[in-house]
Amino acid sequence: MSKLQTEHARRKRDQRREHSRETWRLFCKNKAALFGLAILILFVLMALFADVIVPYEKAIAQDASVRLSGPTAEHIFGTDKYGRDVFAQIVHGSRRSLSLGIGTTLLSVLIGGLIGACCGFYGGKLDAVVMRICDIVMCIPALLFALAVVAALGADMMNLIIAITIISVPSYVRVIRSVILSIVEQDYIYAARLCGTRNGKIILRHVLPNAMGPIIVQASMNVASMMLTAAGLSFIGMGVQQPTPEWGAMLNEARDSMLDGHLHLLLFPGAAIALSALSLNLVGDGLRDALDPRLKS
Amino acid sequence: MNEERANGVPAAGEPLLQVSHLRVSFQTDRALLCAVEDVSFTVNRGETLGIVGESGCGKSISCMSILKLVQGENVRYEGGEIRYAGENTLTMTEKQLQTIRGRKISMIFQEPMTALNPLYSIGDQMGEVLKLHTKLRKGEIWTRCCEMLEKVRIPNPGEVLQRYPFNLSGGMRQRVMIAMALLTNPELVIADEPTTALDVTIQAQVLDVMRQLQGEYGCSYIFITHDLGVISEMADRVVVMYGGRVCECAETDTLFEHPYHPYTRGLIASRPYRGMQADRLPVIPGNVPSLSNKPTGCPFHTRCPDARDCCREAFPEETTVAEGHTVACWNYAKK
Amino acid sequence: MLKYICKRLLLMIPTLLGIIFIVFTVMEMTPGSPGRTILGTAATQEQVDQLNHELGYDQPFLVRFFDYCGDLLHGDMGTSYRTRTGFTTELAGRMPTTLKLGLAAFVLSSILGVSLGILSAVKQYSFADTFCSTTAILFASIPGFFLGMVLIYVFGLQLGWFPTFGGSDGIRSYVLPVITLTLSNTVIVQRLTRTTMLEAVRQDYIRTARAKGCSQRRITWKHALKNAILPVITVMGINAGSVMGGAVICETVFSLPGMGTYILTAIRSKDIPVVLSSTVVLSLIFCVIMLLVDVLYAVIDPRIRERVTR
Repeated sequence: MSKLQTEHARRKRDQRREHSRETWRLFCKNKAALFGLAILILFVLMALFADVIVPYEKAIAQDASVRLSGPTAEHIFGTDKYGRDVFAQIVHGSRRSLSLGIGTTLLSVLIGGLIGACCGFYGGKLDAVVMRICDIVMCIPALLFALAVVAALGADMMNLIIAITIISVPSYVRVIRSVILSIVEQDYIYAARLCGTRNGKIILRHVLPNAMGPIIVQASMNVASMMLTAAGLSFIGMGVQQPTPEWGAMLNEARDSMLDGHLHLLLFPGAAIALSALSLNLVGDGLRDALDPRLKS
Repeated sequence: MNEERANGVPAAGEPLLQVSHLRVSFQTDRALLCAVEDVSFTVNRGETLGIVGESGCGKSISCMSILKLVQGENVRYEGGEIRYAGENTLTMTEKQLQTIRGRKISMIFQEPMTALNPLYSIGDQMGEVLKLHTKLRKGEIWTRCCEMLEKVRIPNPGEVLQRYPFNLSGGMRQRVMIAMALLTNPELVIADEPTTALDVTIQAQVLDVMRQLQGEYGCSYIFITHDLGVISEMADRVVVMYGGRVCECAETDTLFEHPYHPYTRGLIASRPYRGMQADRLPVIPGNVPSLSNKPTGCPFHTRCPDARDCCREAFPEETTVAEGHTVACWNYAKK
Repeated sequence: MLKYICKRLLLMIPTLLGIIFIVFTVMEMTPGSPGRTILGTAATQEQVDQLNHELGYDQPFLVRFFDYCGDLLHGDMGTSYRTRTGFTTELAGRMPTTLKLGLAAFVLSSILGVSLGILSAVKQYSFADTFCSTTAILFASIPGFFLGMVLIYVFGLQLGWFPTFGGSDGIRSYVLPVITLTLSNTVIVQRLTRTTMLEAVRQDYIRTARAKGCSQRRITWKHALKNAILPVITVMGINAGSVMGGAVICETVFSLPGMGTYILTAIRSKDIPVVLSSTVVLSLIFCVIMLLVDVLYAVIDPRIRERVTR
């Protein structure tokens, strides 16, 4: 790379650093977003240190003597119809629920990002074919398509991740492709091309870092809905299977018990899902407002 | 409509609109920023008043205040009054203002690309003015719009009325704006940089149309611009503004021949003219101060070649240097 | 305009073929053969092979794909492995339930969302706006199935106002499912409408309208709304898809005999033709809605109209 170009790249990087600092400052001014971030951190810590908080054994051990008990000192969130501790299930369920939301988002950003970047950068036939496929996939109602995939592959956690990733990739491909297209037009990319930099390097060093903003906005707005979709699929029995603890599946279990008035089985997992989705939504809104003040609502 | 005007209405030359000691501020998170301070000027019937100044000098805000059109929740009309037809528009209710806007006083905006609603046809948008302010029927509205478009020299007006803003060129759109502003035969038209966004040839045509229509309808214009060439062509009198204040006010010819205020002199000196014998245009050094750190005293003292100590301390009072010629500068202040 | 609609309808054919192909491929990944699924583990391999042959399952993939498409043209959407009844018969029985639920939720959420969004934007920072925006982000975080169960508990079990399951009680049995399905979609529409309205009232043409002497109400409803509604229409179209997905979950929660519960039963019993055909039918509806969105867009926006009709 020529000296001029390294200089330019350095200036660009400094600009980006400055930009991230500014974003963080704006984010910190948003109290709701900070509140969301605090709750989110609590949930993540809960998922990371689940085994420290309460042993996994308690979440799956059945104990006929304490079936369907309400909250007590022993079982602070009560027990389900098999006598399993609800608190332990929620703590350990957070691992699955959060990783389903965050994991699938990361996975789809990665896959969608790569496909979208290639489409935008190379264009031509590849682009045309991929975009056509995306159009078609987006014509199938998302949840139905996920259901079909799970139906074909079998219901378990891994296949659920695959299904949800498949349905969300096309929208990322589209967003990232359009961002890339707008960036590729810019002068410093021409400069890099003129200097004979390899395409792969241009994508990694120049294009992707500049596309990060819109990608983060899109992803952060989607995490919560991905998590809710995953929980919904588990709820109808098309995701994580018993006895593995997962919030959506727990709510499914709660359906019969609720009719007998055992409300704790409904409220605790429901609140866990709603609260974590709320925190993700608040953080997502905060990030969007901070990264793209024009969209501020 | 012209006959209505002729009966019992004061003749040309009498004051139509008087802005006195106007003060407009914007409330921000940190402070109250004053954009227009103690601005006074008068518009007489049938004349064209030019307001000239750099961008951000408060010329647009002063004029938008006449109809209370300054956008945003954070605008504060802090003081002064704008007297029109015996009433202060600043204290009028929104409802009263609506009867004046577009009927008695209308506006022409700078951006012909965005000032028209992209989703409605030209006919819809022009007709709306008449629908709001007159009792004309649909057919009559249509004929009147056609006539007006013809007056601004748009060919095939009937067809243009059915088109949408994106079908028209910038010059065409601006002519539509002018036609729209004059539809109701208003007493005053405020034109906010109407030709800035246009090509020079189109600009000349638009100015020509405006002048011709003034002769026909006898309306007054307030002509806001930063282009001294346009001012010298259009205006009868000129108000020069800087940093939210009026620096100088005079008849156009007087101002160009005998500018008093150092800022006006700088502006006039920095105009290029044919046969100029210089490598570089003379410029006024420095930049326009931003609203948030406006200098104390006379706002121009930071760039003024003749600045003195008193300039930093207080804003000079307006001094009459000749009949109809006032200046606000310590150099001419009466001790 | 008519020409444009016809062109779009024709373009839907390859899209539909693509959808069928993709769903067909996904279904192909199911382990085991239909013969084995129907006859169970007790049957001999010969019986299974025999049945597979009858079902045409021993043909190559592409042949079966085109056979399916051909049958579709004749209105034959396959036969359920499980119940041995034709898909179309079952469809006729169950579609009305899902349509009623989906349509009601879609219409309600669109109307509510747009009006609340306008309210929020017009009275920005007012109590109503803060209230709407806070409620919006709360409801965006509550999953429909949880909300549905809470509604069942409160209004079904405790207050006894509405039935807790099934669709046998006429309109009353639809109240809770429709509320459940409406809320989350309302939120999306409300938030977007608020943003686009706030964006629209900042535009220059709004200032022009005010200078003309338009009243605030006229500006909001005539000048701002028409511009603000365009992106909202797109999202409403996408929402139609999520309403269909939501209907599946909603029908499960309320045990409604609609397409959702039908698909779920089919998936559990590996009833491939039913899963395939249901997905195709619902996707077709979705495609038609997206087409309507595009047409509506062209009707509202003269720029789009000029481009598509040229």
